[in-house]
Order: sequence, then C-alpha cells, then structure tokens
Amino acid sequence: MLLEVNGLKAGYGPTWVLHGIDFAVAEGGVTALLGANGAGKTTTLRAVCGMIRTEGSITLAGKPIQGKATEDIVRLGVAHVPDGRGTFMELTVEENMKLGAITRHDKGVAADFERMFELFPRLKQRYRQQAGTLSGGEQQMLAIARALLLRPRLLLMDEPSFGLAPLIVQEIFGIMARVRDEQQVAILLVEQNANLALEIADTAYLLETGRIVVSGPAADIRQDESVRRSYLGY
Amino acid sequence: MASETTTPTVLASARPARPALRYAGLLWAIGIALLLPLFTAESYRLFQLTLAAIYAIAILGLNLVTGYNGQISLGHGAFYAVGAYVAAIMMDKFGLPYWSTLPSAAVVCGLVGYGIGFPALRLGGLYLALTTFSLAVAVPQILKYKGIEEWTGGVQGVLVFKPDAPFGLPLSNDQYLYLLTVAIALGVFLLARNLMASRIGRAIMAIRDHGLAAEAMGMDAARLKTSTFAVSAGITGLAGALSAIAVEFVSPDSFQVALSITLFVGMVVGGVASIIGPAFGGLFVVFVPNLAEEVSKAAPGVIYGIILIAFLFVLPGGVAGLLRRLAARLHR
Amino acid sequence: MNGFLHQVIAGIATGGIYASVALALVMIYQATHHVNFAQGEMATFSTYIALTLVQAGWPFWLAFVATIGISFCIGVLIERVLMRPMDKAPVLTHVGLFIGLVLVISNLTGWVFDYTVKPFPSPFHDGPLFGGLVTGHELGSTAVTLVVLGLVYLFFRYTRLGLAMRAAAFNPASARLVGVRVGWMLALGWGLASGIGAIAGIMVAPVVFLEPNMMLGILLYAFAGALLGGIDNPGGAVIGGFAVGVIENLGGTYVVGTELKLTMALVIIIGVLLVRPAGLFGRVVLSRV
Ligand SMILES: Nc1ncnc2c1ncn2[C@@H]1O[C@H](COP(=O)(O)OP(=O)(O)OP(=O)(O)O)[C@@H](O)[C@H]1O
Ligand SMILES: [Mg+2]
Repeated sequence: MLLEVNGLKAGYGPTWVLHGIDFAVAEGGVTALLGANGAGKTTTLRAVCGMIRTEGSITLAGKPIQGKATEDIVRLGVAHVPDGRGTFMELTVEENMKLGAITRHDKGVAADFERMFELFPRLKQRYRQQAGTLSGGEQQMLAIARALLLRPRLLLMDEPSFGLAPLIVQEIFGIMARVRDEQQVAILLVEQNANLALEIADTAYLLETGRIVVSGPAADIRQDESVRRSYLGY
Repeated sequence: MASETTTPTVLASARPARPALRYAGLLWAIGIALLLPLFTAESYRLFQLTLAAIYAIAILGLNLVTGYNGQISLGHGAFYAVGAYVAAIMMDKFGLPYWSTLPSAAVVCGLVGYGIGFPALRLGGLYLALTTFSLAVAVPQILKYKGIEEWTGGVQGVLVFKPDAPFGLPLSNDQYLYLLTVAIALGVFLLARNLMASRIGRAIMAIRDHGLAAEAMGMDAARLKTSTFAVSAGITGLAGALSAIAVEFVSPDSFQVALSITLFVGMVVGGVASIIGPAFGGLFVVFVPNLAEEVSKAAPGVIYGIILIAFLFVLPGGVAGLLRRLAARLHR
Repeated sequence: MNGFLHQVIAGIATGGIYASVALALVMIYQATHHVNFAQGEMATFSTYIALTLVQAGWPFWLAFVATIGISFCIGVLIERVLMRPMDKAPVLTHVGLFIGLVLVISNLTGWVFDYTVKPFPSPFHDGPLFGGLVTGHELGSTAVTLVVLGLVYLFFRYTRLGLAMRAAAFNPASARLVGVRVGWMLALGWGLASGIGAIAGIMVAPVVFLEPNMMLGILLYAFAGALLGGIDNPGGAVIGGFAVGVIENLGGTYVVGTELKLTMALVIIIGVLLVRPAGLFGRVVLSRV
C-alpha cells in the first residue's frame, strides 16, 4: 500500500472533524472517497498533507508522515488539487505550472510540460495569460497540471468536477484515466458525483460525519442496492 | 492579545462586589498610598509622581482607542503636544487661568482627533497606525513652523508658571499640583471604567473583536470608532495640558515621535485593554528610564525596547494582566 | 527654468531613495500584511556598518557589498527570532514588535556609534555636472538605485526563487502545496528588504549626513510613496517613491518651503487615504474593521 492511514483524527479547532478513520490507497490505482456535504472528505485530504491538526498514523510507502510540515510531505511526492483549486490568481499560467515543478531539479521537467500541453491543449493557448482570468474549467485543468508537474506518487484530488459543465467533467475524467494508465501515480479522489467516481475507481470508501461507514471494491459498492440508496442517493 | 485579557476586567467590575469590608479596605489602602507621598516625598520625587499620573491619563486615553477599540495609534504624542500647547498658549498669550485650559485642551484635541481619525479609521488598522505614526514624526516640525511662531514661540517654545494652591491651603506648588493631578486622574479613570462597563463600552469592544459582525448587529461602527478616537485624543490632550502646567514649559523637542512610542510602551507594559493598567504604565515610563539612564544615555531606549518585546512574548496582558492572574490564583 | 529642471532631477534622485525604502516596505507588506516601522532604523544601522568598514580602510564598493550581505543576515535573523514565533499573534502584537525593534535598533545605533552627526563619503565624483543641472552624487545614486530596482525586478520575474517568493506572498497555502518553504521565503523577503534598505541608507547618507534618526523622515516619504503607488504593488510603490521625491522637491522649493517637508509627507498620506485608499496602482483595500 502506498498510503496507509490508521486511526486518523483531524480537526480545525478544539473538536475533531474526523473521529479516527482507517483507509489505504494502493499503488497505481484510483481510490474514491465519497460522502455527503460536510462529511469530512476535504478534511481528510488536508489531514494527509499536514495542513491541519491531526492525530493517528499516516504512512507513505512505509514512512510515517503524520505531523510533518506540508512542504515536506509534498516533497515526498504527494500532490494536492485542493478544494477551490488553489490557483495563484495573480501569476500567469506559465508561472503556475512552473510552481508545480518548483521542487524538481531533474531533466524531465521540459518533457512533462510538453505532456501537459498534450493533455490540456487549452493551457498552451493561455500560457501567458493571468491565471485569475481563466474559466473555472481551465483553472481546474491548470490545478491538475500543476499537481502532475510535481511528478507525484500520490495525487489527492478534491472534487475535480465541481462547478463544471458535464462535457468538461468527462474530459477531465478521461484525462485522469489516462494519467492513471500512463503514469505511475496513485489517485485519491474525492467526489460528489458518486456514479462517476465509482466508475473510475478500484476501491472506494464512504465517509459519514467523520467516520468511514462502508468500504470495499468500487464495483461491489456500485452494485450494492442498499448502500446506493441510503448513502449515495441514486 | 487583548481579547482574552479584557473580558475578565469587565466581568470583574460587573460582578457583585466582594465582601464590602474587603473592598473598603482596599480603597483606604489606595487612598493612603496616593496621599502618602504628599507628606514624605521630596519635591522632585513628587514632581516625578505627578508626571507619572499625567502619563497614566495619557496612556489611558491611548488604551481606550487601541486597547479597547482595537484601533492602533502610534501618534498619541501628537495629541499630548496639542493639549500642552493649548494650555501654554492660553496661559501665556491670553492670561487665562490654568484650570480653564484643561477642558479646552480636551475639547480641542477631541476635535483634532476626530479630524485625523475620520479618514484613517475607515480603513484597516494598519493604515491608522501608519498615519498616526507619520503625524507623530511630523509634529515637532509643525510646532516649529515660522508661520505660527507668534503663538507657539517656535523653537524656543513657551514658558508657563505653576499655579499656587487655592483657598490659602498650606501646600507648596508641587504638593498642590500632585493633588490636583491625582484627583483628575482618579476622575478620568472612574469615568473610563464606567464607560467601558456600559453598553457603549461593550459595543466598543465588540467592534475590536468581531468587526463586521458588530456592524451587522446594527451598530454604526464607523461613527463609534471615530468618536472613540476623539474621546481618546481628548483624554490624552488633557494629560498634555497638565504636563505643560507641571513642567512649566513646552517646546517642539519635548514632543518627538519618542513620546508617542513611550505612551505605546506604557500601554503594553501596563496592560492592553485594562483600566488600571495605564497607572502602572505611567509609573513605568517615568521611573524605568531614570534607572536605566544611569547605565548609558542610550540605555533607556534599548531597555525600553527589550522590555516591550519581552512583555509581548511573555506577558501580553502587561502588569495588570499579571496582577489579575495572581489575584485569581489567590482566590482559588 | 534650469532651476526647475534641477529640482525635478534632484527630486528623482531622492525619489530613488524613497522608492527603494518603499519597495522594502511593500515586500514585507505583501508577504505578511505588516508594515515594518523599523525599516528606517534598520537601514540607518546598516549605513553605520558601511561607514565603519570604510573607515577601517575597506574600498567603498567592497564595504557596500559587505554591508548588504550583513544587512541581509540581520533581516533574516529578525524574522526568524522575533517575527516567526509571533506568526499568529494579533496585529497589535506585531506593531508592538516593530516598535520594540525601532527602540532597540535606533538606541543601539546611538549607543554603539554615538549620536554625533557624521559626514559620509560619496563614491561618486561630487560636483556639479552638465552645467549645474545635476551633481555627481545625484547621478550616481540614481544609477545605483535604478540598477538595484532593476535587479530586484529581474530576480522576482525570472528566477525560481523569485517565483517561489511571490507564490508564498500571494497564496501561502497553495505555495506549501507545491512544496515551497513559505517560512523561509518570508525570512528571505526580510533579508532582501533589509539589504535594499541598506543601499538606500548608504546612498542618502552623503546628502543628509549620518545620525541615528537619519531615516525617520525618509521612512515617512517611503510610506507616502508606498501608499501613493499602492501598498500591495511593488512596481507602484517604486513609481510612488519617485513621484513623492519630485513632489517633495518642487513643493519644498516653490510652495511650502523646507520647514514643512515632513508635513508634506503627512498630507500626501492623508490625501491618498481620503481620495484613493488603494493607491494609484493598488487593488481595492478591504477594511479589516
Ligand atoms: N477551515 C475550517 N474551519 C473550521 N471548520 C471547518 C473548516 N473546513 C471544514 N470545516 C468543518 O469540517 C466539517 C467537514 O468539512 P469538509 O470540508 O471536510 O467536508 P466535505 O466532506 O469536504 O464537504 P463538501 O462535500 O461540502 O466539500 C464540516 O462540518 C465543516 O464545517
Ligand atoms: Mg469538500
């Protein structure tokens, strides 16, 4: 397992939002994290990369990362497409992308830029434009490109479909599938759209008010009538 | 730093009085402590204590706006200066009695404070800090300005004289002035305490702690902020007028930016958002530099700075906060 | 007419100093949303270091570079030791820290280097040039200022580190998520600001002479310049600094006289806050009531 999380508690103030959850992300697959609004999905991703107060154990490829600074966790190969996309609005698309690779000193950066242009041709058209002027879909693409330019082993994605037209959502999920197949990266995907997420995922966890209530292979969960009705609502 | 430390004061004053006996005892002790120097201290020491009381008033003024209302002023020395000059000019150029200068100085400074506070208060706290700091730096130059030399005496400043005790009281000038200053200080402190315990006082603090939320509660935050600033400037101006009378002299160089900084340090050391804190602040700014000056001319400043930083790190509630903590421990 | 032109040029020369200090202020403001009230004192202290080195026989430009290096380290140290632990403290605490710094540094300066006013050597041929239109020092110091501002621009615009620093200032949370060490970027920002301040101090000292309060008035003009240009906009602050230099010189010569120069800075500050609080090039200021 690339990422193993045991008994994770996390929160913002004096109280916990996550009350001790266990989950794992396998090498090279897509793991989906589902749940209603306010269940704690975003909080889980933030906890994994050390943005908030946590307790419990988090290991990345066997190495404990709980309690480490975000910068250090990121440098171990954890990229995060955050809630709200985290665009550097004042900077250009180019600069945003360069920031994605800012910790890298290897020769492959230029090739990775080319690959991003291939995956997201629009980013090439908008290369010199200020990122704040991009459309929501373009910003989401930029956020994914920025994250991929880190060459992460683990990619955390927070609702990549949020606020996007169905066509763009399809495009982005298509790209995600390509990335999964062509690149050695494991994806932890948070998604409101359970149907879509379960289609692409291998494993899924269902979060309810800070606790994991269902877990298993994505295909099984998709089939499970009762889970679908009581938690996923379709 | 203020939000946790203030509430206890306010609560404490609103709480039903402790056993009346103990309270009365405390008042007697304070009264005697205040009167004692009158009979024991030599005149220079008495003068220093008078100054400490004056600074305490000035710092209280600053504390209202900065501590309680959260609007950072680094230029209260300017109001102190205006108050001092108002008093000196009224006495020297118009031959008016010293007591008439005190309310006049307060009113003039209140108006000036309103004028300065109005543009800056509408913006974030740092803009006010920046504007008032600039004001403090510019004040000596304005006071030296040739165009108003006729009134201000330019670089030379204005000489005034200490009043004699009225009604043939058997007191020296210094003793009388001490008594007068302490009495005024007590009055101002009491007024400030009642103000902060009132509904308006709570609104003033709500603006500091909750900003926009306070506005949503139907308070006219901008007006209240500007008014608080004006009252604060008025109180500090009153202290300035007293200082002119006590020092018997005003000149531009007494009102450098260092004065504003001194008031700020006194506020932090005494206790931000505390009524009694400025009393300790006043004592601190008068007596600590004297001690430190024996080390070197530059030492008071350096020591001041280090003490200020140390307080911010270790005792953000100032002396008043420390006493409050000690008292809480004793009560337990 | 020649007199007027000379005043404009002299204004640009001092404006360069204001622009540098304004830039130093804005750099720290952008990254931390605090105004470094001790910027002037830090620069003065640096200037004394330069004077000490020059008097010890160092060549001027070597002393210049060494001073920038030392100032850089002092800036980083102050951020690490004083500012960092107070990261999450309220604004008032930060203002208090800055005031503490003002007190410690300015009095330390007086203590170590004494309070007498000292002449400071200019590295430039000091005499009138082009028929009295400009002095050698004015020309030289303007050139140095422009080169420094240009280098700072190139650094932020074209280097990795500059990009990381901008990212940390604009959006610290996102910057962490791409692996930028935001804390160190702030410290570097302090170091750079301190170095830029040192250059301003060294360039202005031959004109105004060196004493512990040398930068106080200059800081006021830098405030005015930064506000005029927009306190969150480095380029704007630089333009604002130059503008204020010219306004000061023309106003001082033709309108209010030199006696009220500081008051003029105050008037500019209040004027900007009244008329256009965001400054000429700044974004709209959101009031933290
Ligand atoms: N920055 C914050 N400060 C305090 N509480 C927060 C913060 N962010 C989230 N919370 C609280 O934590 C809980 C979980 O929020 P979280 O954002 O993790 O939910 P989510 O599952 O991502 O929901 P959504 O589907 O709406 O994005 C909520 O009750 C929320 O109010
Ligand atoms: Mg979420």
